[in-house]
Amino acid sequence: MSPRSLLAPALLAALLAGGSVNAFTLQEFSFDTPAHEQAFRDLTGKLRCLVCQNESLAASQSDLAQDLRREVYAMMRAGKSQDEITRFLVDRYGDFVLYQPPVKPSTYLLWFGPFILIGVGAVFLLRTLRRRGSEPEQTLSPDDQTRIEQILAAAEASKETAK
Amino acid sequence: MAASTTRYLVPLGAFLALAALLFYGLGLDPSKVPSPLVDKPLPAFQLESLKDPGKLISSDALKGKVSLVNVWASWCPSCRQEHAKLVRVARESGVKVVGFNWKDERSAALEMLHRFGDPYAMVFYDHTNKVGIDLGVYGAPETFIVDPNGIIRHKRIGPINDKVWQDEMLPVIKKYTPKG
Repeated sequence: MSPRSLLAPALLAALLAGGSVNAFTLQEFSFDTPAHEQAFRDLTGKLRCLVCQNESLAASQSDLAQDLRREVYAMMRAGKSQDEITRFLVDRYGDFVLYQPPVKPSTYLLWFGPFILIGVGAVFLLRTLRRRGSEPEQTLSPDDQTRIEQILAAAEASKETAK
Repeated sequence: MAASTTRYLVPLGAFLALAALLFYGLGLDPSKVPSPLVDKPLPAFQLESLKDPGKLISSDALKGKVSLVNVWASWCPSCRQEHAKLVRVARESGVKVVGFNWKDERSAALEMLHRFGDPYAMVFYDHTNKVGIDLGVYGAPETFIVDPNGIIRHKRIGPINDKVWQDEMLPVIKKYTPKG
């Protein structure tokens, strides 16, 4: 293989190994057990950085994200549960800090909208299929029908005379 | 005839509705996140004063009058942009303007007030973002309108200009200013 053809698989592998990209943003925190570290990673991975909205709190390099990681870290050290920490942040920054928004009336459309659209689409599809199945391919007006008969009859007649 | 007309009108209508929805979405700014703190009491806090190092000032000082709590920093270009407007507001409107200096260096912050004017009756100095997190601050500038009872009534995200002041801020301030 040429070096060039190796490039794509290497890039893909680097992308797939992306979990370690977060490592440097977590450098300053130390944990007693690997389980604690994993819990911290899980939690900050579920929270959104408000500055770079497509990044999680775990991955973002923004200054605010670092402040919030410190806050989350301090709360975990103090023995707070994941729910308590999440509530702390939601109380201050709103549901927006959660990547997975809670199910409540203002988010019903978000959660159930796609299923409603699929349902509506399925109804239309079924109706169309059923109509196509039961109807003849094409319907002609009585006028067209008589014209066709006339033309066919004329063609038949001319064939007869040609013989 | 009527049936085939609706056959074309329904998809057209659906398309127009979707286009209108998406066009509306274009006008929304995803960086503006509504604050859950609106209509809730301002969290009580104490911070060092920016202008009097070592002196603690408390959020209780905001009570009794409608006040603007303006989150700013000397490193923030949009804060500079709105600064002149805040100076004018403080001078002309009689609204109490309070500064919340966020994640900034004291010397740089004081330098900015010295150069561009000081609209603030007092300035909280939150160098470490200790209180900023409690206020749900995620950028600068942000401006809270706090009513005389210490309830947050509005949060403006982004700079204040003449139009924002007239259309967005002033109606809220008028609504919560005690009559008489």
